Amino acid sequence: MERVDVLVIGAGPVGALTAALMAQAGVRVMVIEAGEPQILSAPASDGRAIALALSAKRSLDVGGFWTHLSPFAEAILDIQVTDGNAPVLLHYDHRHVGDNPFGWIVENEEIKSAALKRLKELGIAVKSSTIVESWEFTASAAKATLSNGERIEAGLVVAADGRPSPTRQAAGIKIKGWDYGQSAIVCAIGHEKPHNNVAYEHFLPSGPFAILPMTATQTGYRSGIVWTEKRHLGTAIMAQEDAYFLGELSEKVGDFLGQITLAGPRFAYPLTFQMAERTIDSRLALVGDAAHGMHPIAGQGLNLGIRDAAALAQVVVEGARLGQDVGGTAVLERYQRWRRFDTGMMMGVTDGLNHLFSNRNPLLTAARDIGLLAVAHCPPAKRLFSRHAMGVVGDLPRPLQGLPL
Amino acid sequence: MDDTASISSTSSAEEVARFTAMAESWWNPDGKFKPLHKFNPVRLAYMRRVLCRHFNRDATPIAPFTGLSLLDIGCGGGLLSEPLARMGFAVTGIDAGERNVSIAQTHAQQSGIAIDYRAGGPETLSGETFDVVISMEVIEHVPAPESFIAQAAQRLKPGGVFIGATMNRTAKAYALAVVGAEYVLGWLPKGTHDWKKFVKPSEFAGYLRHANIETSEIVGASYNLVAGDWVETQNLDVNYMILGVKAV
Repeated sequence: MERVDVLVIGAGPVGALTAALMAQAGVRVMVIEAGEPQILSAPASDGRAIALALSAKRSLDVGGFWTHLSPFAEAILDIQVTDGNAPVLLHYDHRHVGDNPFGWIVENEEIKSAALKRLKELGIAVKSSTIVESWEFTASAAKATLSNGERIEAGLVVAADGRPSPTRQAAGIKIKGWDYGQSAIVCAIGHEKPHNNVAYEHFLPSGPFAILPMTATQTGYRSGIVWTEKRHLGTAIMAQEDAYFLGELSEKVGDFLGQITLAGPRFAYPLTFQMAERTIDSRLALVGDAAHGMHPIAGQGLNLGIRDAAALAQVVVEGARLGQDVGGTAVLERYQRWRRFDTGMMMGVTDGLNHLFSNRNPLLTAARDIGLLAVAHCPPAKRLFSRHAMGVVGDLPRPLQGLPL
Repeated sequence: MDDTASISSTSSAEEVARFTAMAESWWNPDGKFKPLHKFNPVRLAYMRRVLCRHFNRDATPIAPFTGLSLLDIGCGGGLLSEPLARMGFAVTGIDAGERNVSIAQTHAQQSGIAIDYRAGGPETLSGETFDVVISMEVIEHVPAPESFIAQAAQRLKPGGVFIGATMNRTAKAYALAVVGAEYVLGWLPKGTHDWKKFVKPSEFAGYLRHANIETSEIVGASYNLVAGDWVETQNLDVNYMILGVKAV
């Protein structure tokens, strides 16, 4: 039976980053991925534009992903927040918090593709089209029987297999969650005028509507759309012809980008909230969506997953350097303690923001406008908000600070 | 830790099961050896740091000590031998308790770590020498500490490193390690420690000097009740670690 230190289930960005950060420090890692190799080598567009916070970008840099990703990443230099059709309430300028951009917008498939390139560069074994058929957890190891009949023994198993996480289910870890009754319609648009690296977030009663600056292609300027709607409306809008859809979209976007066109297929995703009851078990750690899935209102999902990856890699590498059992309770409890506060807060804030903004209650509307104005006129509060969104507050794992493990 | 129950040399399935169960108790971080598990990270961090410095090894790799040998005297269930083997040392672990040695062997095998475990004291290894000899929390349990150190020193190569750890014979150590840990907190079984056998740092350094080992530093370790963790300290009143190099 082959033995590795860490067995990562899932070769998506969070699983791959966990594997890369650990392997770079000398931990023996293997990755199991259910997807087929041809899908993995050229991931298809899923319409999702991902906002990477500064700290997430730093981690991807430390993990060696960023060199593959930077040609596809557009910097966010300004953020404009509006409530309904009121004038701009909040204007975040990156120069108020330092020299770095707020973040970057990258297409999801580019992150997936960069992740796989990096795993290959590091010589990390990725078993594709493979799932774990059964698990055995003993005091000294986790033993996996794979769908190809192989058996692998590992000190630690990392579940990075997304929201449904078969690994989490096999461990019997329950999730808590609810459905927002909203869908996010996502697509890329082309436009006549430059976006000037500004991200726009309009809070509308049906849910947030965001326009995110993307890299230009030969065909011109591009932006990513995240259009949140009540579920039934979302379904109805998706069912329309492109021309009608574009008309509706143009109305929402306004005319500041000039004429807009569809620059790729459109997708709709149901919005749900879920959180695993615990993020560790015997020889098991959950990372990314396997541990928590949230509302995209603040663009924090992948960022939170990247913070999981960085924290887990750091506790495992530091434990390994002390000769500790990398899947032992000492290492895993440190991971759970480190992530609990950040995850809980971010989940609560994004959920709260959605409840606060996705409604027409006049009292709430007045309260949130006063709140936003108060933040806008109080620079220290605004700076703290920005730095939170950038992920540079708190006791950060080294990769999030741009430091190697 | 002074268990001398003997086992037959042939290991039956029943015995393996018995030792596996006992190994699980030794290695359970919340079990009866919890204090040692809590204490280990600070000791291992210290050993890694000073040994990287002494042998001029890069501290970044997980296993910087490949090619060096280490003798763990009083290895118990292997709580230090295994991590040190993971750091790259070729580890030999010895313990007076045959049962401890069987437990340690069983656990190392299950963890896939190669360690040479043997029952006995340092005098049973005549002729063999090591780059590093450690003896952690053992000297306060032996009847003749000075000759114990002399025996340990003979197992050390010239220029090799000795690391020991024990408790100081102070009123504070009595209050914390005997009254506190055994009677108040119940961390250790009553009677684990005999305060009269605790060793002052000056005495320890003296034993080492007579064995041709020059003490280069002594550091304290103390328990931070708020953080629930052990930390290194300058204060040698209770727990301390002593580092020495054998003359070439």
